[in-house]
Amino acid sequence: MPSPTALVLAEPLSLWGGLDPATGVIVEPRHPQHGAVVTGRVLVMPSTRGSSSSASVLAEAVRAGTAPAAIVLGEPDLILAIGAEVAAELYGVRVPVVVLAPADRDRLRDGDPVDLRALEGATARATAPSPCP
Amino acid sequence: MRLVVRAAEITRADRLIDITRAHVDSCLYHGEATLDFVDRLVEGGATVTVPTSLNVGAVDLLHPELNRGDRRTRERGRLLMDRYRALGARPTYTCAPYQLPDARPAFGEQVAWGESNAIAFCNSVLGARTNRYGDFLDVAAAITGRVPDAGLHRDEARRATLVLRLADDVPAALRESDAIFGPLGIALGRRAGSAVAVIDGLPPGQPEDRLKALGAAAASSGAVAMFHVVGSTPEAPSLDAALGGRPPAAVEHVTLAALRDARDALGGGGEGPLGAVSLGTPHASLDELERYAAMLGGRRVHAECEVLVSTGRDVLAEAERRGVAARLRASGVELLVDTCSYLVPILANTDRPVMTDSAKWAWYAPANIGARVVYGTTAECIRSAVAGRVRRDPDLWGGV
Repeated sequence: MPSPTALVLAEPLSLWGGLDPATGVIVEPRHPQHGAVVTGRVLVMPSTRGSSSSASVLAEAVRAGTAPAAIVLGEPDLILAIGAEVAAELYGVRVPVVVLAPADRDRLRDGDPVDLRALEGATARATAPSPCP
Repeated sequence: MRLVVRAAEITRADRLIDITRAHVDSCLYHGEATLDFVDRLVEGGATVTVPTSLNVGAVDLLHPELNRGDRRTRERGRLLMDRYRALGARPTYTCAPYQLPDARPAFGEQVAWGESNAIAFCNSVLGARTNRYGDFLDVAAAITGRVPDAGLHRDEARRATLVLRLADDVPAALRESDAIFGPLGIALGRRAGSAVAVIDGLPPGQPEDRLKALGAAAASSGAVAMFHVVGSTPEAPSLDAALGGRPPAAVEHVTLAALRDARDALGGGGEGPLGAVSLGTPHASLDELERYAAMLGGRRVHAECEVLVSTGRDVLAEAERRGVAARLRASGVELLVDTCSYLVPILANTDRPVMTDSAKWAWYAPANIGARVVYGTTAECIRSAVAGRVRRDPDLWGGV
């Protein structure tokens, strides 16, 4: 199974109002990557913006089979992380939502293959383990 | 509970705190996943444990004749709205719960609110405390009555780190006008992202409806969950107070050119006949409904221009009692509740341009409903609605 490739977004994206979960296409007219298809790609962006309903759109994309393979952000995003959590719970498909330091994120070039296990390893090192049971 | 705990892990909170109320956005249909989730909750016998208001849904439940779009989506949308009611949430179906006396939190109150404009208003204009809760987590908080003690629930995160100062070339007349708030909000969202900024240079004592427009725009173009406006928001009696007595990380100037660019990005120009005018995103307040009626002064809107105002059902009920709803209808205005005209197909005709005074509507409508947008002030929108074509105030922006 080939590695998913990076889709690097120049600007933050609101999944709600910006991504069509029926098709996986970025539909926000102002976005520089308008028209790009996120399905099966590793979506790399500085952060999200806009709607709190992006959680639902991510879950719906997972249900519809159009979701990205992973999402890489520059800062933690509760909205996407919880959306991914619910999607995993409902549909058994986990979309890793990881935070990378800018230096690591900059190394991901558009079209490059991404090793998902290395990605999750990087984020595990960057974030402290939770004390919660 | 697992979702709340997972949220605590992500936000690095040491503990959970109690909330007094919740505002849930998960009741808007975005596809079957939204129903799958609530069905899981209902099957588990969940109920909310704090007073919970509901955000807009996919259909106007009180005026079925206004809903367009495919029937299946409307039916699933209605079902979702009903399911959330079954959890014990109040069927407020508004993005402006702050307009409702018994849903509006007090200064300092710890709450869990969803919906990007409501979150920004809650923190910034009311001085209540919420994080940027998304779908699923908002209802998880409403059921458990708990949230992580992190982010904007705590003092330190509420201080501004960025100063946005209006540049000298922004004319006084513009600073005093409705016109500046949408573009300023777009600029705020773009510059701040998710950081807390303080806006310096507006006259003090700005009314809530202007701050509502500012926050809604910023929460669309950026991820703004909190902002300060010196002299207008409760945690910013002074610039120093908003900064928490600490120097900012950055001071940026917002020039007239930047504001004009933001305005143009929302939808400049506009020659020729209008298809529609849409007002009330976020939901129009009672004050705004009175303003529209006053501006119309009994005139009818143009026969070929559909004029739609979105508001909450509780605000509409009050507007009915006061007679202002009747006055608006007599002018040919349609009043939509429970949903919003940029979310779902309501407007009969999106082939001709739609004019709006809402930066949020202008931001999302092109992708959502395929509308071509002309953006202007409320007064320009009302004048244009009567004329059936765009009528601008040439002095507003000093000719730029």
